[in-house]
Amino acid sequence: MYISFQKHLATQLKEIEEAGLYKKERIIVSPQGAEIELDTGQKVLNFCANNYLGLSNNRQLIEAAKAALDDHGYGMSSVRFICGTSDLHKELESRIARFFHTEDTILYAACFDANGGVFEPLLTSEDAIISDALNHASIIDGVRLCKAQRYRYENADMEDLETQLQLAQEQRFRLIVTDGVFSMDGNIAPLDKIVELANRYNAMVLVDESHSAGVVGETGRGVTELYGLMGKVELITGTLGKAFGGAIGGFTTGKKEIIELLRQRSRPYLFSNSIPPLVAAAGIKMISMMTETNELQDRLHGNAEYFISRMTNLGFDIKPTKSAICAVMLYDAKLSQEFAAKLLDEGIYVIGFYYPVVPKGQARIRVQISAAHEKEHLYKAVNSFAKIGRELGVIK
Amino acid sequence: MEDIKEMVRKYVISEYLDEGENITYDSPLISSGYVDSFSMVSLLVFLENKFKIKIPPSKATPEAFDSVNKIVELVNQYINK
Amino acid sequence: MSYSNKVKEFYTSQLSDIQNAGIFKEERFIHSSQAADIEVEFPSGANLRKVINMCSNNYLGLSSHPDVLEAAHEGLEKRGYGMSSVRFICGTQDIHRELENKVTEFLGTEDTILFPSCMDANAGIFEAILTSEDIMISDRLVHASLIDGMRLCSAQHDTFKHSSMEHLEEKLLLHSDKRIKLVITDGVFSMDGDLAKLDEIVKLCEKYEALILVDDSHSSGFIGRTGRGTHEYFNVVGKIDIITTTFGKALGGASGGCVSGRKEIVQMCRQKARPYLFSNTISPVIVAGVLKVFDILSSSTERRDKLEKNAAWWRKGLTEAGFILKEGNSPIVPVMLFNAKLSQDFSRDLYDEGIYAIGFFFPVVPNGQARIRTQISAGHEIHHLEKALDAFIKIGEKYGILGLTKEEIIAKYGA
Ligand SMILES: Cc1ncc(COP(=O)(O)O)c(C=O)c1O
Ligand SMILES: Cc1ncc(COP(=O)(O)O)c(C=O)c1O
Repeated sequence: MYISFQKHLATQLKEIEEAGLYKKERIIVSPQGAEIELDTGQKVLNFCANNYLGLSNNRQLIEAAKAALDDHGYGMSSVRFICGTSDLHKELESRIARFFHTEDTILYAACFDANGGVFEPLLTSEDAIISDALNHASIIDGVRLCKAQRYRYENADMEDLETQLQLAQEQRFRLIVTDGVFSMDGNIAPLDKIVELANRYNAMVLVDESHSAGVVGETGRGVTELYGLMGKVELITGTLGKAFGGAIGGFTTGKKEIIELLRQRSRPYLFSNSIPPLVAAAGIKMISMMTETNELQDRLHGNAEYFISRMTNLGFDIKPTKSAICAVMLYDAKLSQEFAAKLLDEGIYVIGFYYPVVPKGQARIRVQISAAHEKEHLYKAVNSFAKIGRELGVIK
Repeated sequence: MEDIKEMVRKYVISEYLDEGENITYDSPLISSGYVDSFSMVSLLVFLENKFKIKIPPSKATPEAFDSVNKIVELVNQYINK
Repeated sequence: MSYSNKVKEFYTSQLSDIQNAGIFKEERFIHSSQAADIEVEFPSGANLRKVINMCSNNYLGLSSHPDVLEAAHEGLEKRGYGMSSVRFICGTQDIHRELENKVTEFLGTEDTILFPSCMDANAGIFEAILTSEDIMISDRLVHASLIDGMRLCSAQHDTFKHSSMEHLEEKLLLHSDKRIKLVITDGVFSMDGDLAKLDEIVKLCEKYEALILVDDSHSSGFIGRTGRGTHEYFNVVGKIDIITTTFGKALGGASGGCVSGRKEIVQMCRQKARPYLFSNTISPVIVAGVLKVFDILSSSTERRDKLEKNAAWWRKGLTEAGFILKEGNSPIVPVMLFNAKLSQDFSRDLYDEGIYAIGFFFPVVPNGQARIRTQISAGHEIHHLEKALDAFIKIGEKYGILGLTKEEIIAKYGA
């Protein structure tokens, strides 16, 4: 039987390759950081990790993880409610809640699972989900698993959101869902306006802070901080897999009753293993560090401002951003690939994105800034961009 | 009428019940755990094929499928159309 | 922003429904490493208690094995803590590939792809390889994560009665016109501990030209002569097109899962499986630990042999004491009590005796099939099992159920 299926798959794989969409993986032999080493022996500067705060290889997190290995072991081998809850899990949950000024938190294996499991337990076919068109894939999958009526509004388009909210007035409960920072453009959801509309049309709000937690807002508490709305939205989802250390893990934090109901009903929570204690321990350490000082945020914000202003001065077309994601627009798919390849030769590791990851004709290089980048890393990146940009006629 | 009822009951028994188990027209099917909402699909396909009807997904709810009587009620709405 | 009283009351009333139905899940906080002896805080705020754990998936006792811990320490030093990236951007280290190759070799497949969990592997596999022209035919008792994966896939689906080969054959005939037929089963079923009849399933799939997916989460590492899984047990290594499994149980218990099988299927997952493309890579420290687990398993079958012995001892002891068990050949040993409340009371009394085991009842298991599910580990010594058995017998006597038949227990306590 497999033979005919094999042919079918081989054809599909070939089509993917011919469309230039085949995803190849580069192999890294060093820890994650500003400077990494590839298996080719090449040392490059990394500008495409979600390592926004440079914590992926942070000594204090590593020490916390090691201490937890020694006193809590390696794995829990259980889901949370059987015998997979350690004191560290509870502590991390309450620390995250305090950090975001929310009432309670529930941990998941990943934010993918947090988003996958948040909608179905809370909403039924009588309710409505109103979702931004550019929301992350995991939100889309979560919505697909839920029976609520679906409404979609154009990215960050408040007029459209209002229209959809009007259409959704028939339903019992309404939930507006948005990414805090949209990962491809780096733009920030207009949460102030969203909340205003939510009040007017009697809707709840969920913000996915995966790319904004730790990054956006003066003390890194995300877009709710930026807009002075801490503790004011019903639900926040986020990941421990990006700025917050980068290992694994995700969470939903918000209203007490909702979190409690998720513990009883959310499938990825009930049917998947508990995160290892060492991740919980490092998470606790990470939150303590952030609560003590804004040093990492200050560095990150300084780095991002510097990079963006230099790139803009050079004449690059940069999408407006207040996050650590900087989309350098090239528009042409092939050009984006060539540009990224030449940058790699210069020792700068970035990725070119094109359709279908971004809209047709909107190809770009996405640069992600980190607090781990030193000034000299940023100089080198800007200079390389300038050199290749001139070589390829993108800037003068 | 009785025919449809008996036909549906027999199908449910053969498709979902273990040997020796039995149900009446009113036995709860889903809330009792005999039929899980995922396995309900084969029941839906059976009804649609057998009676040449189309039941919209929004009507094929666990509540509407919870007993033979309820299923027949639902089927009748579409047969009579 | 508009968390009205109406919304709040709605969720609060759902919570009280759950509570009133007696199915509210309360978590117990473990302050020690996962092992046979653990220290538990329960209820919240209570003094720590030392109890024997009889309900973890730590089948091989590797969750806090010193060699695994050491490998994890080393992984942290050499490869850092996190990768902060999905696999295809900058989240692949050489050790990720090394682990994929190790799993492939261990399971006797062609290639392997890692996921953050087996939940995610199961959520992503179907949509990556099937479309509406195809059909998924699954055992009625497969794990929730497989069900969610199938719900996310546009292929048609149907189910067959648990382990009924006649019913499966009927379904294969019924759907013979579909382009691709994929039969889906757990290797070991987690609530009953029984094994799928993989040899017969393979025969049927060959006859009707169908593919097979087996979720071996509760078998990888210990079922089969050298612990490769149910395919080894039934002598069908190389004939299973897709195996999914987890590192979150016997294989160290930290986190992570995978899809292992035909080369092209794995390649398709790398290009199309959404939880692979859109979720963080598993952290180096976890990878380092699992690599060590495979080293331990490849060098000796001592642990799985001990587990098998322990499980046999435990089954025999309980049976001789007069308990009713679910038949099976795995370290999952369900002690049948039938009545939901009895299962809760029994579990609580066991805890008072220092034995930690959980009662399961509807809707997790069928109505009238409530039970205490015990799970045996190679980390158990005979003295743990003796103490647990004494406690089971003591509580069994207290409720007067030893030696009773199913009907007699139901007559006494209700179904
Ligand atoms: C059969 C089966 N598949 C998959 C899973 C999920 O595995 P993971 O914990 O890696 O998400 C489990 C665990 O509960 C399981 O029992
Ligand atoms: C907005 C958003 N949500 C969720 C996720 C998934 O997070 P995790 O890696 O923890 O699954 C991502 C990461 O890719 C993301 O960008």
